[in-house]
Amino acid sequence: MIRAISRGFLWLGIAVILFLPVPAIGQQQVENCVACHQSLPDERLAGPAKLFSGDIHAVKGFGCVSCHGGDASDTEMSAMNPAKGYVGKPTGTKIVDVCGRCHSDARFMRQYNPSLRVDQVTEYYASVHGRRLKEQKDSKVATCANCHKAHSIKPPGDPRSSVHPLHVADTCGSCHANAEYMAPYKIPTDQLANYKKSVHWRMMANKGDLSAPTCNDCHGNHGAAPPGISWVGNVCGQCHAVNGELFSKSRHSQVFVQMGIPGCATCHDNHQILETSDELIGSREKAICTRCHTAEDRGGKSAAAMRAMIDSLRQEYDKAHSILLKAGHAGMEVSQPEFDLNEAKTALVKARAAIHAFSVVTLKKEIDPGLQVSAKAYAGGLKALEELGFRRKWLAVSAIIILALIVGLVLKIRQMESAQKSSEKEEV
Amino acid sequence: MAEGMLKQFIDRRNFLNWFLGSTAGAFVLSVLYPLSRYLTPPPVAESTARSVTLSLKPKEVKANSGQIFRFGSQPGILVNTPAGELKAFSAACTHLACIVQYRSDLSEIWCACHNGHFDLNGKNIAGPPPKPLEEYAVNVSGDQIVVSKKV
Amino acid sequence: MENRGSEHGKLWLWLDERIGLKDIEKLAKKKEIPVHRHSIWYYFGGMTLFLFIIQVLSGILLLLYYRPSATEAYESIQFLMTEVQFGWLIRSIHAWSANLMIVAMFIHLFSALLLKAYRSPRELTWLSGGGLMGLSLAFGFTGYLLPWNELSFFATRVGTEIPGVLPVIGSFTRRFLRGGNDVTGATLTRFYGIHVAILPAIVTIVLGLHLFLVQKHGMSRPPSAEREGEPKRVMPFMPNFLLRDLVGWLCALGVLAALAAYYPAELGKKADPFQPAPIGIKPEWYFMAMFQTLKLIPSHILGIEGELLGVLGFGAVGAVLILMPFVDRRAAAGKPSRFPAVFGIALILYSILLTYLGYTMSPTK
Repeated sequence: MIRAISRGFLWLGIAVILFLPVPAIGQQQVENCVACHQSLPDERLAGPAKLFSGDIHAVKGFGCVSCHGGDASDTEMSAMNPAKGYVGKPTGTKIVDVCGRCHSDARFMRQYNPSLRVDQVTEYYASVHGRRLKEQKDSKVATCANCHKAHSIKPPGDPRSSVHPLHVADTCGSCHANAEYMAPYKIPTDQLANYKKSVHWRMMANKGDLSAPTCNDCHGNHGAAPPGISWVGNVCGQCHAVNGELFSKSRHSQVFVQMGIPGCATCHDNHQILETSDELIGSREKAICTRCHTAEDRGGKSAAAMRAMIDSLRQEYDKAHSILLKAGHAGMEVSQPEFDLNEAKTALVKARAAIHAFSVVTLKKEIDPGLQVSAKAYAGGLKALEELGFRRKWLAVSAIIILALIVGLVLKIRQMESAQKSSEKEEV
Repeated sequence: MAEGMLKQFIDRRNFLNWFLGSTAGAFVLSVLYPLSRYLTPPPVAESTARSVTLSLKPKEVKANSGQIFRFGSQPGILVNTPAGELKAFSAACTHLACIVQYRSDLSEIWCACHNGHFDLNGKNIAGPPPKPLEEYAVNVSGDQIVVSKKV
Repeated sequence: MENRGSEHGKLWLWLDERIGLKDIEKLAKKKEIPVHRHSIWYYFGGMTLFLFIIQVLSGILLLLYYRPSATEAYESIQFLMTEVQFGWLIRSIHAWSANLMIVAMFIHLFSALLLKAYRSPRELTWLSGGGLMGLSLAFGFTGYLLPWNELSFFATRVGTEIPGVLPVIGSFTRRFLRGGNDVTGATLTRFYGIHVAILPAIVTIVLGLHLFLVQKHGMSRPPSAEREGEPKRVMPFMPNFLLRDLVGWLCALGVLAALAAYYPAELGKKADPFQPAPIGIKPEWYFMAMFQTLKLIPSHILGIEGELLGVLGFGAVGAVLILMPFVDRRAAAGKPSRFPAVFGIALILYSILLTYLGYTMSPTK
């Protein structure tokens, strides 16, 4: 009886082991493929096997067979059997199919990460890369596996991921900055180098602001394509809304469309976007306006006028700021004029944005209040310094009293001593 | 004659004593006056570097509104949220230090210079500002609002 | 025969029965000041005392508003100067009176040296005076940091670095002074405690001893006056010398008021320990000669570090100065001696020259 029961348990145990749930079989899958591959001398075969344990798919319980097909339970070369679904190393549109099989299936993806999008394949075939792959069978273009390094795929939020914001530019640049690779396409290969000089890159890399744009923010990630001439402004205007809006209402926007040149990028460059300064505007050499305008034409004169207005506000602001600093360091109370001067700083910032309307009248509306506030703050600083001088006059009063007291004492001493002398003489 | 000279002598001495006495008195006053003003506490009892008492009264600040106030030499914004809570932040936008304002249509703090948006916790939620606005502690004691820097 | 009783009012008599004012009055009326060519130098001891009292009074007033922490010190002085009525005046007086007191003290010291007032029986008076000199300089050094502005922070950093060159005790001394390894808020609080409590307590004792000894031995006659024939002219302390003292003190007060009005103390920029030192950091003028000496000494002399030799040199000069009563054997024996005069004048000239160089030589040299 006991032997029957224990034998029953034995068969139960064997049945459980044979019908273990999928992940366990997934583990089995990985272990079988990796066991052979990682000890192979050819790095092309051994590498992926060694890397895969760090891949997000491995973490979620997927194995080699999930993408490459084949027989997971087979430990011999016969595992790589096309009859069992083995596809070997997929290339071209095959890669897109393999990835898309899961990643375009909303129901399937919901089990793992409900917030992930499932339209990447659709977007991809709208991109330059996708269209060239499909229509011209161009095998050099980027596919899923190129940007998301296959076998070590990590989510974009992971700082080690090839598509983390800090790494996107280098990932795109691995092809686009390679002049030899890009030779047949006749497009520039200096974008990565230019971008790395830009203020956008510096904000991200040096100041840690991950919201600064990188390649995919302007070009799209899966649907990557250069923005068309007419919609560069829309792309930049996503973040730089005020400048974009002012520009689109200005006379430059229609003119640029007619000339067939992109809006923002014409003056600010597309990849090498540097920090702006007041020197960009005006009719002298460093100003960008001089690329099209001469100092004598209407545009050049407006540019010169706008530059002069900005300069004057900046100078008035600096003048007020330095006199308030001087008074403050001397120990005078100047917090009210300093507070007022903040409005002038705001006006200066607004004026620099208002330049994008390219109209002297519009600019004047921002400059004039700024000049007024600066003058008021300067007057406050002057008053504080005067008060410093006023104290001297008060001290003159007390100096006179002290002087009078000294004179009185000296006279008293002389009087007293002459009385002492005469009394001494009398005694003699 | 000696008596006349003695009288003159005594008169001069009296004048000198009087002169000395009154200048000494004036001197003492000129010392005591600034001294007593110094010892009297000034109207603003403490430095405004760390905390400031607003001239606004709590009931003057309506729900879903905001007002700029002066914190030393820097601008601050006092916000009464739609839920009725009083909050205060630095009003210098973290992008380029423009003075921000309260938008009751959005129930957000907004910067007009480059369209920066901050939520009612001061967090930068849209536009160029890279960091949240510094938050201050607000304490209402009776009829006074006291705003102070968080330690 | 004058009737002394009628000179004093009822209040004086009432107090006399309880305190013994008559005895004090007898002592005061007995005190005489020798009158001779060099009498003018007698005024400078009282001048130093007067300016010290001004320091104590203005310092106590400043205590009502000052806060000794790195985060509040600068702001409390800013508040004092902008919001408190006449706060700027009290602060400027305290700052200027410190400088004037040290000038008066040096004049008093060198006049006593050159007029040989240190001779027996006044050796202890001279020694306690030397102690007071050191205490005054300590007052100046610790007080200078308290506003916690850029100048004072860096001057203190340089100044507390110097004792660090002494062998064996150097680094401990530096750490002890700074309250840590670097100048921080801990230094500020420590200097504050030293400036308002420890030094005043020590000064009270040493100054009390110094003044008691001066009363006990009376004013010293310089050798040239001693050689005068009879009668030796004197002036009663009360009221003649005292009234003259008062005239001097009032002049000092007038000068002080003018300085406070025309050259008020600046607030400066708040200290930022993480900024590099601005070019041309200088100590206060009374440390300038020593500071410039250290800057000019070559970095190594005969294998010993230059700075160490400089500090030891200052110590040696100070020792000779303070031990002058025992160094000057000839004067002790009653014979004329030239050494103190030569030493004193050389020291004065050297200090003036080095102070001048300190302010005129380019800081980057």
